[in-house]
Amino acid sequence: MNPLSSEDLANIEVLKKQIKDAPKGRGQLIPLLQMAQNILGYLPDKALSLVADYLSINRSDVYGVASFYNQFRFNPPGKNPVKVCMGTACHVRGGEIILENFERKLEIKEGDTTEDREFSIERVACVGCCALAPVALVGETLHGHMAPSKVEGLVLRVQLEREKAEREAGNS
Amino acid sequence: MIILTVDGRSIQAPAGSSVLSACLFADIFIPHLCWLESDTVADAPAACRLCFVEIDGFSEPVTACTVTVENGMMVHTDTEAVRSLQKTALKLLLSVHKVDCKNCPADKACSLQDIAKFLGIGLGCKPFERVLKELDVDSRHPAFDYYPNRCVLCGLCVRICRDRHEQPMLSFAGRGFNTVVGYFAETSDTDPDCLSCRGCLDVCPTGALVEKSQV
Ligand code: SF4
Ligand code: SF4
Ligand code: FES
Ligand code: FES
Repeated sequence: MNPLSSEDLANIEVLKKQIKDAPKGRGQLIPLLQMAQNILGYLPDKALSLVADYLSINRSDVYGVASFYNQFRFNPPGKNPVKVCMGTACHVRGGEIILENFERKLEIKEGDTTEDREFSIERVACVGCCALAPVALVGETLHGHMAPSKVEGLVLRVQLEREKAEREAGNS
Repeated sequence: MIILTVDGRSIQAPAGSSVLSACLFADIFIPHLCWLESDTVADAPAACRLCFVEIDGFSEPVTACTVTVENGMMVHTDTEAVRSLQKTALKLLLSVHKVDCKNCPADKACSLQDIAKFLGIGLGCKPFERVLKELDVDSRHPAFDYYPNRCVLCGLCVRICRDRHEQPMLSFAGRGFNTVVGYFAETSDTDPDCLSCRGCLDVCPTGALVEKSQV
């Protein structure tokens, strides 16, 4: 479980303010969860409790409902979300191996986010570039013909870019 | 008192009770996993599909936990149709079950073992394919570890927690084959309530909930 960041804490305050004007009733559960996720980018336990308590629904029920839907996520999205294609073409060309490589390199499982929130990994369905299979997206950028060696390179590149940005920020 | 006949034997049961509870109290065993002693016919979730019986006047086997006893009812717990349904239901449960009794704390005190023995079958799941969940153990709960591949999703733990606590911690989470018993508490420190309650641990018919070893 990722601890709440200072940004999360600020967003939770925003959520607290917005929720006050929302209508009540069980039927509001999904809309309020969506509102919370729009503000926070994900649904930390604190947000689930806020929604549950506001609607006077059991917290564990709220969790049960939220976990039913793919649209809700329970860990923060990484700054560089890695999406590994598991469509048919990519599957046939070893998408599973690419996924495993990312998991090993980043030391997290699919669906999780790294401690520093730089990366998260998820599997996606066909992204429409089957000719380039196996395919992975890092942020918005698509990478075709993925191979284990490329996984190393991609992660390294993001890390180097970040270090560079940090240095520049420090210099100015 | 209502008087009914089960497998040729005349038994008594309080009005309003289910056929399942009437039989169990008369020491006539009917396999069941999802039923709590306090369940009325209306409360019973009838989820495990194991407690089938045949009753004269019904065209098909029915779940004993959802039928109210009536005077003169003729119940049969041991027909071919009943046993075949029960074996299939058990095999379906076992098809998503990691059978490894030697390394399971429930070994010898497990409802699945008991029911399989009662039905005279093993713990295999043929002709169904065995499909296991990726996650072997979920350790988030302060009082127990949860083993999804030993859970039959009978729901007893969820219901007990709900009955006893205003702010229950357990619910079903996910959906379809990925359904698990989910745990939700906002704080991660041990809730002293859980350790004194133990409701879920006591009620679980399998080895899915294992008390964390006291450190
Ligand atoms: S829950 Fe029962 S059947 Fe499953 S491994 Fe444990 S003892 Fe065996
Ligand atoms: S953990 Fe045990 S009691 Fe709870 S649903 Fe699974 S098998 Fe039933
Ligand atoms: S299957 Fe991966 S891009 Fe189509
Ligand atoms: S006990 Fe009747 S269906 Fe489970």
